[in-house]
Amino acid sequence: MGKIKKTVYPLEEILIRHFSNHFERLSSHDIPKVTKMRREAMAAFQQTGFPHKKMENWRNTDMEGVYEEELAVFDREIPFEKALSEIFLCEVHGFEARVLSVLNGSFYSSEEEKLTVDKNGVIVGSLAKAMQEYPELVEKYYGEIMQQTDGFKSLNTAMAADGVFIYVPDNVEVENTFQIINILNKPKLVINVRNLIILGKNARLRLLHCDDSVNHHAGFINKVSETYLGENAELELYKLQNLNNETALLNQTAIHQSANSRLKVNVLSLNGGLIRNEITDLMNGEGAWSDIRGLYLMDQQQHIDNQVFVYHNMPHCNSNQLFKGILDNEATGVFNGYIYVARDAQQTNAFQRNSNILLTKTAQVDTMPHLEIYADDVKCSHGASVGQLDNEALFYLMQRGIPFDDARMLLLYAYADAIIKEISISALRISIEDMVKRRLRGDLSICDRCVLHCSNPASPVIFDIDLSKI
Amino acid sequence: MLLNIKNLHVSIDGKEIIKGLNFSVNKGEIHAIMGPNGTGKSTLAAAITGREGYEITQGEIIFKGQVINDWSPDKRANEGVFLSFQYPIEIPGVSMTNFMRTALNARREYRKLPPVSAGDFLRKMEEKKKLVDIQSKLTNRSVNEGFSGGEKKKNEIFQMAMLEPELAILDETDSGLDIDALKVVANGVNQLKSGENAFIVITHYQRLLEYIVPDFVHVMYDGRIVKSGGKGLALELEERGYEWIKEQFDD
Amino acid sequence: MRDEKKNKDVLEEVTTGEYKYGFVTDIESDQAAKGLTEDTVRFISKKKNEPEWLLEFRLKAYRHWLTLEEPDWALLHHPPIDYQDIIYYSAPRPKKELENLDEIDPELLDTFNKLGISLEEQKRLSGVAVDAVIDSVSVKTTFQDTLAKHDIIFCSISDAVKNHPDLVKKYLGTVVPYTDNYFAALNSAVFSDGSFCYIPKGVRCPIELSTYFRINAANTGQFERTLLIADEGAYVSYLEGCTAPMRDENQLHAAIVEIVTYDDAEVKYSTVQNWYPGSKEGKGGIYNFVTKRGLCKGRNSKISWTQVETGSAITWKYPSCILLGDNSVGEFYSVAVTNNYQQADTGTKMIHIGKNTKSTIISKGISAGRSNNSYRGLVRVSKNADNARNYSQCDSLLLGDKCGAHTFPYIKTGNDTAIVEHEATTSKISDDQLFYCQQRGIDKEKAIGLIVNGYAKQVLNKLPMEFAVEAQKLLAITLEGSVG
Repeated sequence: MGKIKKTVYPLEEILIRHFSNHFERLSSHDIPKVTKMRREAMAAFQQTGFPHKKMENWRNTDMEGVYEEELAVFDREIPFEKALSEIFLCEVHGFEARVLSVLNGSFYSSEEEKLTVDKNGVIVGSLAKAMQEYPELVEKYYGEIMQQTDGFKSLNTAMAADGVFIYVPDNVEVENTFQIINILNKPKLVINVRNLIILGKNARLRLLHCDDSVNHHAGFINKVSETYLGENAELELYKLQNLNNETALLNQTAIHQSANSRLKVNVLSLNGGLIRNEITDLMNGEGAWSDIRGLYLMDQQQHIDNQVFVYHNMPHCNSNQLFKGILDNEATGVFNGYIYVARDAQQTNAFQRNSNILLTKTAQVDTMPHLEIYADDVKCSHGASVGQLDNEALFYLMQRGIPFDDARMLLLYAYADAIIKEISISALRISIEDMVKRRLRGDLSICDRCVLHCSNPASPVIFDIDLSKI
Repeated sequence: MLLNIKNLHVSIDGKEIIKGLNFSVNKGEIHAIMGPNGTGKSTLAAAITGREGYEITQGEIIFKGQVINDWSPDKRANEGVFLSFQYPIEIPGVSMTNFMRTALNARREYRKLPPVSAGDFLRKMEEKKKLVDIQSKLTNRSVNEGFSGGEKKKNEIFQMAMLEPELAILDETDSGLDIDALKVVANGVNQLKSGENAFIVITHYQRLLEYIVPDFVHVMYDGRIVKSGGKGLALELEERGYEWIKEQFDD
Repeated sequence: MRDEKKNKDVLEEVTTGEYKYGFVTDIESDQAAKGLTEDTVRFISKKKNEPEWLLEFRLKAYRHWLTLEEPDWALLHHPPIDYQDIIYYSAPRPKKELENLDEIDPELLDTFNKLGISLEEQKRLSGVAVDAVIDSVSVKTTFQDTLAKHDIIFCSISDAVKNHPDLVKKYLGTVVPYTDNYFAALNSAVFSDGSFCYIPKGVRCPIELSTYFRINAANTGQFERTLLIADEGAYVSYLEGCTAPMRDENQLHAAIVEIVTYDDAEVKYSTVQNWYPGSKEGKGGIYNFVTKRGLCKGRNSKISWTQVETGSAITWKYPSCILLGDNSVGEFYSVAVTNNYQQADTGTKMIHIGKNTKSTIISKGISAGRSNNSYRGLVRVSKNADNARNYSQCDSLLLGDKCGAHTFPYIKTGNDTAIVEHEATTSKISDDQLFYCQQRGIDKEKAIGLIVNGYAKQVLNKLPMEFAVEAQKLLAITLEGSVG
């Protein structure tokens, strides 16, 4: 931070112009706090501009290609025609989920389902709508968890119009899994989308957050999710990313953990031109616990960047990070893990590990597992490794008669298993196991379960709904 | 009297573990302390040696006529109290030789004696190593690092031999030992035994007491000594188990 | 609770050792005026009767320096350095005319004796040749005759410029160019002296070579430069030690060390850095900004850095290896101790370019008082560095709850046959370890010393014998005050 930007990109100008031209519409659903934040955030964005490679946290991810794309800002509501699930299936067998669709950045549903209140008091729906109907709830949490540490977060704060809002009241354990599906279906869009998820005391939720592509259009998604966990609350968060090669996804998640809350995150990045996941875990209450894992399987010229920041601000917290990746072809990977232990955050246990397998000479990985520790009664460790498959294991399998390709696949799969096995919803785990196997075999690109099969141009896309109409 | 414990109460984190224990040891005696798990046997050893976190809320521990309740662990050690740990800790990078020499010299300094010469020290090491059949490669390694369970226990007895304490407390020294190692350890203890020192053997089983024959056997239960007797008591416990003790005292 | 407090008291007690090299020697010195301009650069060059090419080198560096900004990425906090408030050249002035050139000011000799460094060869028990540098100037190089027998050149860099200009010209700035960083540019402009060493083909240097650096004069900066060349099959073990008097103001030290090794050559470079760390309240102390880099130019060549960093208010130092030759090996062993208000940001860079290159990094950080201690290291494997191997282990030990221990590794791998492993842990001395030692009669203070030395042993073992003993004592002084 603090470094003054040098270049102004056309996309920046487009965004700034759009902001001033359409401010009325952009802020039409706002509570006053959010409107005020938009103005301040835009001023900050104009100061800093887009992040660039000279910034410490952006050294290894070059977004310039995105900045130079001719993208259009899209922030309108989309009239509801047909349930997204009818045309887009990211289905998992035997897995019942409550689907929340976000299409081109706005909550996509019939008018009556825009924001619903369940019997147990759970509120689910559009964030824009929630601002109008539950202003005090939004007011309390919005913008309080995610710090605007770079231009993208400022940009999102200035321009995000909608996203998902979930509120789970105290003592409520949600039974079904909620599934957020984000889709872009128009070419060349830049989307700012914002989610706000609040779990009260002792509340419990499982959330699956999917980012999928349904076609080969280029796009840029700048997403900010703020999550609040009350005392003793528990959240299981799965992120499944299966995007086309032209899409850039910036997934910025900040989580506030109150005392004794539990957080489990599992990020599975299977495809995507450029994916950056930022997870900021703020352990602000004693006895908080978190386990953050990720698996990335990238090939071609894909780029994956995982940035995990765990702040042990209070004593007696435990955190664990494990990220594993396999990089093929000319894919590039970045891992930046950061553990901060504040002074007096005694009795901290914090662990972090990143391991990578490079399959080709042209794949590349940068890993930076960092520790910053100001308390002495702590157990912290981190490790990082880059290597190949174990040749002895490979030989062992082949000696038992398993052909090279299968043996290799088996070992790659075993390598990924440490992440997959932590998925507690068994139907989802089985489904993801299957996807990973296919992904490793090379016959899965984008979502295999997607009825569009658009990833395989050889087999024609078969569907009977004209996507352009929605 | 070498050790005299009067009405001892010890708490850990505010929870009382030892609840009014009386116990005394004279020179030349071997005492066995037995009892079911969790009755405060190891806590007693910790309280005598001054381990942090074990708070004496009442009573006195008197060693050689002095109340040692507030003494630091090293002062107690240098006065002649030795603990053979149930779980000896590893200290990476600190060689056994260096460790022993530092400990020995600390004791000599405490007694206002000059440091031991390198030659005398090595001779003493060699002599005592034989006692517990400990191999030279172990003393060349870091303290307890990479030692097997048996080696760690032998190492404790070796250190005891080096430091020549007046009161040695063996805390579950038999746990995790095979019969051969047990014999070696017991043999070491028996050779070190004299009219000038005393042993407290804390054990769960009678097995060790076949080799280290106690003069007195005490049974601990719920933070107190509830029964004392001769070595016959150990055999009785072996036969009848601890249940009858529990039944007797639980109400 | 009471025991915990006791524990802290002991920690505080044992972490208050005094700096014992803080005396000032009353030696008259010949100084440049305060501040830095082109004229200062010319003054230094003229004082040293330098050839035109060297002046040009300095001026280029100076002009480049003007365009740079002080780096701010390290985890170090200090008030801005006023580069115009520093004296850039200070040479001890002899009090009387010396009868022969080898005779040096007795007060100066006394200084080095107090430091435990004898410049009188016959008194040396173990063969260590010393080049002593006080403030800006090399005052004496010992064992010249022995070295001459093997055609080894070991002299001050000023003498080397006079007597071996071709060698200096060929290598100076080739490993650390003046454009490398802010402090490298500054050093290249104003460096005053330092050591030069050339080991010819096939020669194993029979004695340890050593440079001893001492800052004496007030308000001066020290900017020395070391250049070390090991030709094919050559071997040398090189030691470097540093101290400075206690002064209330901060003094700047910005040095450069360049090493080149050819085929099958090996250089072992050991440092015991004990510049004045400042007072217990954080007043004064040396700002130590050093660029050290070795180039493994030839096949099978090896450069090994070992450092024990106990001094300086601020340490900014990353001894690095560029592994260019196939099968070359780079090593970095470091113990960094910070106490009171000291700050250290130190580590290494291992750049793998050649095939089958190997590097090992072992770093042990120990923080006490209110200090901050960071490991920062880069391991880079380039596209063509087939079968490159790196293993890094970076451990931190915290003594007390007011200090900080940080680890910032950067790993960049662009080759699928490379294996890179990094492990790090952060911990404090366990209560169980302390109790175990105490139960054997070793008091807490000694126990901490014992455990810390054990913790650092892996690195201390890499030091030459004489230095290892010195280093162990230093750890003791820095942390414990009395333990040896």
